[in-house]
Amino acid sequence: MGQSRVIVVGAGPAGVRCAEVLVAAGIKPILVDESRRDGGQIYRRQPEGFTRSYPSLYGTEAERARALHQSFESLRSRVDYRPETLAWNIYDRQLHTVSAGVTKALPFDALVVCSGATDRLMPVKGWHYAGTYSMGAAQIALKSQACAIGRQVVFAGTGPLLYLVAAQYVKAGAKVAAVLDTSSLWKRVRALPKLAARPRVLLNGVSLMRTLRGAGVKVVTGIEPVEIHGSDEDGVRGITYRSQDGATHRVECDAVALGYHVRPETQLADLARCEFRFDAETRQWLPTVDQDGRSTTPGVYLAGDGARVLGADGAEIAGKLAAWALLEDMGHPVPDAERAALRREREAMDRFRQGLVEAFPWPAEQAARLPDEAIVCRCEAITAGELRRVVNQMGACEANRAKAFSRVGMGRCQGRYCGHAGAEVVAAAAGIALEKVGRLRGQAPVKPLSMAVREEQE
Amino acid sequence: MNSHRADVVIVGGGIMGAATAFFLRKRGASVILLERGLIGQQASGTNFGNVRRMGRPVEQLPLSNRSRESWLKFKELFGEDVELLLNGQLRVGFTPEHEERMATYAQDAKDFGMGMQMMGGKALRERFPYLGPDITAGCYAPFEGHANPRLAAPIIGRAAVREGAQVFENTEIVSVEKEGEDFRVNAADGRTFRAPVALITAGAWGNLISTSFGEPVPMIAKAPQMCVTEPVPYVIGPSIGALIDDPDQLVYFRQVARGNIVVGGGGHELADIENRRAYVNPRRTLLKLKNAPRVMPAFNRLSIIRVWSGIEGYMEDSRAVMGPSARVPGLYYAFGFSGHGFQLGPGVGDVMAELIHTGATTTPIEHYHISRFAKQAMQAA
Repeated sequence: MGQSRVIVVGAGPAGVRCAEVLVAAGIKPILVDESRRDGGQIYRRQPEGFTRSYPSLYGTEAERARALHQSFESLRSRVDYRPETLAWNIYDRQLHTVSAGVTKALPFDALVVCSGATDRLMPVKGWHYAGTYSMGAAQIALKSQACAIGRQVVFAGTGPLLYLVAAQYVKAGAKVAAVLDTSSLWKRVRALPKLAARPRVLLNGVSLMRTLRGAGVKVVTGIEPVEIHGSDEDGVRGITYRSQDGATHRVECDAVALGYHVRPETQLADLARCEFRFDAETRQWLPTVDQDGRSTTPGVYLAGDGARVLGADGAEIAGKLAAWALLEDMGHPVPDAERAALRREREAMDRFRQGLVEAFPWPAEQAARLPDEAIVCRCEAITAGELRRVVNQMGACEANRAKAFSRVGMGRCQGRYCGHAGAEVVAAAAGIALEKVGRLRGQAPVKPLSMAVREEQE
Repeated sequence: MNSHRADVVIVGGGIMGAATAFFLRKRGASVILLERGLIGQQASGTNFGNVRRMGRPVEQLPLSNRSRESWLKFKELFGEDVELLLNGQLRVGFTPEHEERMATYAQDAKDFGMGMQMMGGKALRERFPYLGPDITAGCYAPFEGHANPRLAAPIIGRAAVREGAQVFENTEIVSVEKEGEDFRVNAADGRTFRAPVALITAGAWGNLISTSFGEPVPMIAKAPQMCVTEPVPYVIGPSIGALIDDPDQLVYFRQVARGNIVVGGGGHELADIENRRAYVNPRRTLLKLKNAPRVMPAFNRLSIIRVWSGIEGYMEDSRAVMGPSARVPGLYYAFGFSGHGFQLGPGVGDVMAELIHTGATTTPIEHYHISRFAKQAMQAA
C-alpha cells in the first residue's frame, strides 16, 4: 500500500492540531489554507514585518496563540503546506483547489475539513451602506492590519465577539461609540451555571466588560437595531436602536460592526455530500458528525468551528479527535486514554457552548419585524418585502424555492451571510417552523472562481 | 380514501404539463396536474433558458413557431413577467466548415421567419465588439431571446390554477393504470386520481410510465452543467452559442438584464433519476472556463459564482416523444425533449391541449410519435 493521501483544509487551531497528530503517525498531509499565514481567524498572524507583540495581538490568549504558531512552525517541513489556496470544490473524491490562478484536483483517501466559522448576521435596514462590517471583519482589520473600520465605531448584535472586538478596539485606541447587545443581561445571568463550566473564559468575559466600562463606552443590552443611517455616497452616518422600554435612540457613527455570534462554514461539507441535521437550539442546519468528527461521507471528517462552534481551544481538541478517528479508520493505533480525556474535556466546553447560545441568543424574532424595504440579500440587493412576496404570492415556502424565485442566496456569497436570516423571514411569512423551510443547497465554487484559471495536474 | 376526478390527468409538472393544463382549461376541460416535487423543479427550471428557434431541426420549426406566439404574449397569457429578453441569437464559428453549416441551416430554415443573417468575422466584431479574434463567421437571428427558467413553469402552473386546474404538488406517483374506461393514477400516500384521458409529461421519468404501458423508449437522464458569473454591466445582447465539433467543448452564454452571464455547455453528466440527483462535474466547469474566453475574451476578467444542474430526459435520437400512445386509447405523451424543450413548452401545451380536445392538431407532430420505437419495443419484449 502506498502512502495514504490525506488532506487537511484549514490551518487554524483545528487544522494545525489535526496535522500534528497525522504527522506524528507518519503521514504527510497536504495542508490547504486560504490565508497567507497559519493561525486561522482566531490566531491570525500579522503580515511579515509587522511587530506587534503576542499580548497586544491576542490578549489573554497570547500563550495559546504562540503555542499554536510554534507547533505549526515545527510541522512546516513535514506537511505539504499550501497557503493562499482556496478549496473551491469537492467531487469524485478529489479536492479542487485554486491558488495564484492555477486550479488543481487533489485526490484524497481521507479529508479533514477545518473550515472555521464566520459571523452569523441578521439584517437591519441600512446594513448595505459602506461602513457596515461583520464583527469578524472588524476584528481582522485590527488584528491583521492594525486598522479600525471607522473613526467612531458602533458594535451591534450579540455574542462573545461583540464584547471582545469592542474591547480590542478600545485597547487599540479606537473610538467605540457604543456597544449594543440584542440579548438582555438577564439571559446572561440565567446562563451563568452553564457558563461556569469554563471559569477562566467566563472571567475573561467579565474583564472585557470592565475594560469597556473603564473606557466609558456606552453598553446597552436588550436592544433591537432599527436602522443604520447613511447614504450610498457617504456610507454609514449613525444607527438607531430601540431600547427595552420601547424608546428609540440614535448614535452617531461612521462604521458599524454587526454580528450575532458565529456560524460554521459548511459549504465543503455540503459539496462532500455530507448529511445535515437541523439544530433546534441554534436554529440552523449543521453537518451530522459523530463525537470525533466523522461525517456521513466515508473518509470525510469535520473538525473545529466548521462543524460545531466550540471556540479555539475546542477546535484544537476537535482537530486531534478527527485525526485519531481518521487514523483509527485507516487501521493505525490511537491513544485511547488521551482520547477519552479530550472527549471529556470537550464535554465541559459543550456545556459552556450551550451557555453562550442561551446568553446570546440568535434574535430570530427580528426577522418577522424587518421592514419590507430592508435588504436581506446584499449580494443581489433583494429586500425582505420581495422575499415575503415570493412566499405569499408564489407559494415559495422552501429555502431553495424562495431562492429560485427571489434570488435571495443566489449571489456571490450563496447565502452564507443572508441564508439564516432569509430562512427566518420565509418561516415567519409562511407561518411555518424554520426546520420546514429547509436548507439552501450549496454549490461550487465555495467562493467566486476566476474564469482565467489554468488547470494543472498535481 | 381520497379520490379525485377530472377529464384529463397529467402526470409531471414541468413546463409541458403545466402548459397543457393551462391550455386544456382554456378549452374547458377539467384537469388534474400531478407533480412529485414542485412545479418546474427539474429540466424546466434548471435549463439554460434560451427562447430560440434557430438551430432546431427544420421539421420542428412549426411547433417552435407556435410556441413563440405564447412567449411573445407571455405576461398577457400567463399573468406574470418571465424576464423575457428578445435581443437575438447569435451562432459563431471558427472554421469554414462551421460557416458552411450555418449557411446551410440559414438556407434550409429560411421560410420560418427567423430573419437569419450570415455575417463575416469583421462584421461580427464591428457589431459585437466583445467577440474574440478567432471567430470567422456567424449567423444572427434578431428575433430570438431568452427568459428565466426558474420562473417560467411555476408562472404557467399558477396561471393554470387560476384557470381552474387542480394542481397537486409533492405528490409522488407509484403507478398509472387503465381501469375500464378510466386511467387511475395512484399516489404513494394512497390518494387516487382518475380521468378518461392521461397525459404523461414526466420528463426524464416518462419512460418509466410508458414502459408500464408496453411502450419502452430509449432514453437516458442527463445533467446539464451550468454556471453563472457575477453581475456586470449589460452589454452582450444576443444569446450566443459557439459551434464546436466536440460536444464537451461546447459553450454558450446569455446575459440577463441584471448583468450576470449564464454559461452553458461543457457536455453532460449522467443524472441519477432514482435519487433525483444531478451534479456538476468540475472538469466540465473548467472546460467551459477554458473555451468561453475564445468566444468572448473578456470572460477572463470575470468570475463564476455558482454552478447548477438538473435532470433532463434525452432520447437516443434527440427527438421528443409527443402525441398519442400507439397502444392505449386515451393515453398521451409529451416527454424526452432532450435538452431543447424550454422554448417549446408553451407550444407543446397548446398543441397537446388541442390534440386531446379535438383529436387532431394543426401543427405537425407525427415526427415525435412513440410508434417509431415500436420495433425496438417488440424486440425487447
